[in-house]
Amino acid sequence: MLAFVNFYLIPGVIVGSIYALGAVGVSLIFAILRFAHFAHGDLMTLGAYLALSLVAAAGLAPFLALPFAMAGAIVVALVVHRLFYAPLANRPTIVLLIASFGVALMLRSAIQLLWGVQVETYVQGIQRPLVFFDDLRIAERHIYIVLATVVAIVALHVFLTATRAGKAMRAVADQPELAELSGIDRKAVVRQVWVIGGGLAAMAGVFLGIDGELDPNMGWDLLLPVFAAALLGGIGRPYGAIAGGYVIGLAQELATYPWIGAEPLLSPGYKSAVAFALMVGLLLWRPQGLLRGREGT
Amino acid sequence: MRILEAQGLIGGYGAMDILKGVDLFAEAGRLGVVVGPNGAGKSTALKAVLGMLELRAGSITFEGESLGGLSTSARIARGIGAVPQNDNIFQGMTVLENLEMGGYLVESPLAPRIERMFAIFPPLAEKRRQPAGELSGGQRQMVAMARALMAEPRLLLLDEPTAGLSPAFRADIFARIRTITEEGVAVLMVEQNAREALAIADTGFVLAAGANRFTGSGAELVADPDVRAAFLGG
Repeated sequence: MLAFVNFYLIPGVIVGSIYALGAVGVSLIFAILRFAHFAHGDLMTLGAYLALSLVAAAGLAPFLALPFAMAGAIVVALVVHRLFYAPLANRPTIVLLIASFGVALMLRSAIQLLWGVQVETYVQGIQRPLVFFDDLRIAERHIYIVLATVVAIVALHVFLTATRAGKAMRAVADQPELAELSGIDRKAVVRQVWVIGGGLAAMAGVFLGIDGELDPNMGWDLLLPVFAAALLGGIGRPYGAIAGGYVIGLAQELATYPWIGAEPLLSPGYKSAVAFALMVGLLLWRPQGLLRGREGT
Repeated sequence: MRILEAQGLIGGYGAMDILKGVDLFAEAGRLGVVVGPNGAGKSTALKAVLGMLELRAGSITFEGESLGGLSTSARIARGIGAVPQNDNIFQGMTVLENLEMGGYLVESPLAPRIERMFAIFPPLAEKRRQPAGELSGGQRQMVAMARALMAEPRLLLLDEPTAGLSPAFRADIFARIRTITEEGVAVLMVEQNAREALAIADTGFVLAAGANRFTGSGAELVADPDVRAAFLGG
């Protein structure tokens, strides 16, 4: 039982948190701008590497470097929007999707150029987990990751439901033309979406680096489960995306548990196929997502 | 007092002109009704007033100032409110949030205005925490109008506010529109139910093929044999 919690459930929750943070951004960007943001994974990678620079140069703990990494990723997201997405705003959304693919390649190449292609880590050496009740092992960093994710999700919820700007964002997602007839400035909403999306992407990237190691493909490799999570929740629905992130994360980890006999149900090498299988199954069975999602490309 | 004066509107989408010379006006405290067959350009004329359409010719002045070149949101900020025919509520947001969005540009506290809306549309008061998308057709229409009224516009444009409603609800909505004009708001309404709408209108505009065919008081138009024969089914 404890092995199940220590080696399957907790890792599933950690990975789920990271997916959730990425998927919220993908979902919000889709809700407002109506395109699938393919550069989101590389925005995560960028966040992870920005934190790495501070950790290496100033000796900061990765968690303390997080706010700076988020700020940096937000600036990059806003600049990318201004340079690449804003000029294409009136084109079919497929054009934006392809543009974001190009941005993804540019970001990754820039990261490789600046930080190199080798694998990096924030902290060297072995980190011992905290032990609760004799056998329950939880790494300190995992506690922080889950806590920070919960804080981010609660903050997002408060923003969307209790602030004027957050409600305006929901209004634009709900009915863009009516929002304009209410005097809501769509451009300001779009900027806020990139602030939230970029910030949460950086957070996901830093947590991914804290949980393991950094390499220039780390975010790109996460794009599939993150999109699967956003789709699972019904694209354009941030709360669905959070739930989707945890479902995919847990499903991936739990699929490798030896449910029958002593062998893993699914070899850990096939973990990422779980997200794929869930996404394909979902698209066939409920293309609108488990919760009803938005229509669009 | 005429607060809106639109003259000689010509324009449409792309190369095709839908409006081929439309004149409209709206007076404070009065109800203007725009009727005519499908494709006459009724809704398009309202969109022109809102700046949602490229005009090739014509002038629109609001409270004596030209609206030419102003964006939709700038026109809203000047004091024009609008309720589109479709997609006129934020379905995923509560009734209260819909009203808050209507008052997005208002800088004073919204609470008194919200209470006023509940006074004009009592059925909404008890539904305030429900998502607007879950309400009945008539109640949605009330949310749509209340959202537009939150900014206290001096001119309210309504595009077929009774579309799809039963006759009983229709009468109810018409009565509430009269309440709105009694408070001094100028209302310009596009309506399919021409006879009923003209009967309560102060001014009627009969459009056909993108141009004015008849303009006059509602009572005059209903009584006019030509209008009756051509547009009111005899």
